Amino acid sequence: MFFKRVLLMVVVALGVSGCGYNNIQVADEATKSAWSEVLNQYQRRSDLIPNLVNTVKGYAAQEKDVLTQVTEARSRVGQIKVDPSDPESLKKFESAQKDMGSALSRLLVVSENYPQLKSDQNFRELQAQLEGTENRITVARKRYIDAIQAFNVMVRQFPVNLTAMMFGYKDKPQFAVENEREISKAPTVNFGGPAPAPAK
Amino acid sequence: MFGWAVRRLMVSMWVLAAMLIAVGPASAQSLVAVPAFTARVIDQTGTLAPAQKQQLEATLAGIEKSKGSQVAILIVPSTQPEVIEDYSMRVAEAWKLGRGKAVAQRDTGNKNATAVDDGVLIVVAKNDRKVRIEVGYGLEGAIPDAIAKRVITESIAPRFRNGDYFGGLQAAVGDVSKRIAGEDLPPPWQPGSDTAIEVEGSVLPLIIFAFFIGLFVSRIFGRFIGATLGGGGAGMAATAALASTPLGAAVGLGVGALILAFGGGGGGGGGGPGGGGGGRLRPVGPRTYGQGPIIIPGGFGGGGGFGGGGGFGGGFGGGFGGGGASGDW
Repeated sequence: MFFKRVLLMVVVALGVSGCGYNNIQVADEATKSAWSEVLNQYQRRSDLIPNLVNTVKGYAAQEKDVLTQVTEARSRVGQIKVDPSDPESLKKFESAQKDMGSALSRLLVVSENYPQLKSDQNFRELQAQLEGTENRITVARKRYIDAIQAFNVMVRQFPVNLTAMMFGYKDKPQFAVENEREISKAPTVNFGGPAPAPAK
Repeated sequence: MFGWAVRRLMVSMWVLAAMLIAVGPASAQSLVAVPAFTARVIDQTGTLAPAQKQQLEATLAGIEKSKGSQVAILIVPSTQPEVIEDYSMRVAEAWKLGRGKAVAQRDTGNKNATAVDDGVLIVVAKNDRKVRIEVGYGLEGAIPDAIAKRVITESIAPRFRNGDYFGGLQAAVGDVSKRIAGEDLPPPWQPGSDTAIEVEGSVLPLIIFAFFIGLFVSRIFGRFIGATLGGGGAGMAATAALASTPLGAAVGLGVGALILAFGGGGGGGGGGPGGGGGGRLRPVGPRTYGQGPIIIPGGFGGGGGFGGGGGFGGGFGGGFGGGGASGDW
């Protein structure tokens, strides 16, 4: 009886480690940390905005529309409570972030018309920070996409899929890739180069 | 009639195959390869004169020696079809500049130390006229994006515009170095410091084991084979345990020399140490930061242990998150 119980425990232990339960945990944790980095970088972008808006206001107060759009887009983003495991919520989050990206892009296009603004040291630093943040967002998104992909492939493959089913792990929604393309080539970040593509 | 149908089918299959072949490589769109991290300055365009390259290397090695931070320069003709940010991130992820967790723990002697991630990568895409400074996590405070941008617009771009690539890079390295110097980082590792001895203790049995194996082999196959094997083994063990190639190579050389001295008088005879060639050391990229970087020796020298290992041990396992700035000229 005792031996049977020990045997059972051994079998269960082997089964759990052999069926990828631990791997699922590792991959799941990787997606979570990648996700928090994504949020982190988006937050960083949001945090830059008040300062940016104020600086632009100092030179181009008449560009009210664009300035309000940016501020509104920011507050919309701030209100979203995103759940990365819910495709609907993820989509909403993405579209809000995208709106903010294009509002920012418009703001920077408009700024091109104000030479004094463009040469303002503070503005230039904010631009560089924004540029860096956009790049960090791209990197964080890419790493999140990779982490999700690794997780999804693992959870769907045999025999891990059985373990996943047993413990209720489903594949996770992925960022929309065509979106990612657009964001990674964000016109917002191209200050030095040719005129940015006009945001719609 | 029937033959016509068959021929038509075959033609269409050929067309399909041709299309597949035509589309295949285009959709794969081969990316620019990331070169192996074999030197602190890698110039694939032949822009820098050897002396200039050496001077930059010396400056960068100096930074690593005084502050522990790894700074590297890569000049490529172009990063197309990628934008420079994507390419430089791939390079940064492959080279792992800056001190990762394992190296940080060695340097501080603190087993709970976290990664310092104090790497900086300067990528120049010459024909694209683009440059990027990639800043590791740990230096984002010392070199914020705005500063990196300023280095590009004020130190690099004006000089590059005049064709003075060396001057631009030198100025940029100077700026970066000053920034790093002002940062409070864990001190770089000093060979022979207490921590080193402490770690060395754990690898000592392995080294001794390698020594005896080498000695044993030298009885059978001759001194040189035995010394190479024993020295190489000891060197690898030391390198892996200490996460330092120079030290590992030194240990390997020492053990090799010992075996040469004590080894059985078998082989020997011909040649002597053959020029100590090819000590190219290549980090093989484990993504985990669990233990030190695994170093695989690219080639053994003739004498024993490694050839002239040369003080360059590849990346220290640092992480990058996309900080820094890009610009053009």
